[in-house]
Amino acid sequence: MVNIIWVILTVIGVVFAMINGTMNEVNEAIFNGAKEAVTLCIGLISILVFWLGMMRIAEDAGLLKKLASLFRPIVKKLFPEVPSDHPAMGYMLSNMMANMFGLGNAATPLGIKAMEELKRLNGGKNEASRSMITFLAINTSSLTLIPTTVIAIRMNYNSASPTDIVGPTLVATFCSTLAAIMIDRYFYYRRTRKG
Amino acid sequence: MEIVSAVSLWLIPILIGFILIYGTFKKVPTYESFTEGGKEGIKIAVSIIPFLVGMLVAISVFRASGALEYFMNLIRPGLNAIGIPPDIVPLAIIRPISGTAALGMTSDLIAVHGPDSFIGRLASVLQGSTDTTFYVLTVYFGAVGIKKMGDALKVGLLADLAGIIASIVIVTLVFGSM
Repeated sequence: MVNIIWVILTVIGVVFAMINGTMNEVNEAIFNGAKEAVTLCIGLISILVFWLGMMRIAEDAGLLKKLASLFRPIVKKLFPEVPSDHPAMGYMLSNMMANMFGLGNAATPLGIKAMEELKRLNGGKNEASRSMITFLAINTSSLTLIPTTVIAIRMNYNSASPTDIVGPTLVATFCSTLAAIMIDRYFYYRRTRKG
Repeated sequence: MEIVSAVSLWLIPILIGFILIYGTFKKVPTYESFTEGGKEGIKIAVSIIPFLVGMLVAISVFRASGALEYFMNLIRPGLNAIGIPPDIVPLAIIRPISGTAALGMTSDLIAVHGPDSFIGRLASVLQGSTDTTFYVLTVYFGAVGIKKMGDALKVGLLADLAGIIASIVIVTLVFGSM
């Protein structure tokens, strides 16, 4: 899908340049766009190094595990079909904690592990179970507490207050996660009523 | 709304202090752990360069040619009527599809409109408060061989929509309208 969008953006741009006579601007845009992307990534290094370094300390100190046990009672309610001592629960909790702290790379393998366990709970069928859909819904709504990459981009463009979006992002994340859970429940009850 | 702003200011320094004290109490070699984790940051930053170059060039061409303005003018009246800033639409469309592409668009919006503008802040919040539904869906279900997705895609995309609406409402409330 992203392939198509990417090609469409570029091709439409070139066609418009032919009609509008903006070829000069487009030529400039090609080189400036590439240059800006590289500059931006270099600028991101500072924050990413610092944040992932901090998160490694939190991980090594067992802080993520501790948080997971704090959230266990809430998460248990969200997955009524998963026994609370089942390994699936542990993986899902760790995945959510990693997502909260912006450790996307650590979150993905944990999420896949959780899916494997959920599939086993579902008798190994190749269709999505209720718990799988709930877990996905929570994951796609984002759980990030601190959007480090966004902060870094804002710093790069000389924001007067790069972190002033943290609070609003938290509130928006909370709303989208809450909505995800409610939408998921709604679809579940609709399914069961039908079938 | 003042509380939301205060949280923004305090959260990160407090969290850092807490992690360092907690780590020291748990006898973690803090500095060494920090540098180990930091190395991963360099890897991530470098590995997203190709994604950002590709997307930023495409967006720059699209804008410089005048195409962006043309399409924005087409959708502007309808969106303004329901309070959605048209500049945010391309980002909202691409956010569930590709995380790095969305990151490219977010930085482009911030660069063009300024980080402290309404659009710049809205793009920032939007980028942080929703996730790449299609990516999560393909990776998680693909890895364990789930063929029948059920309502998963519908639920994910509706949740994204909720996130977009929440972002617009909250940014307008906290920072004032455009």
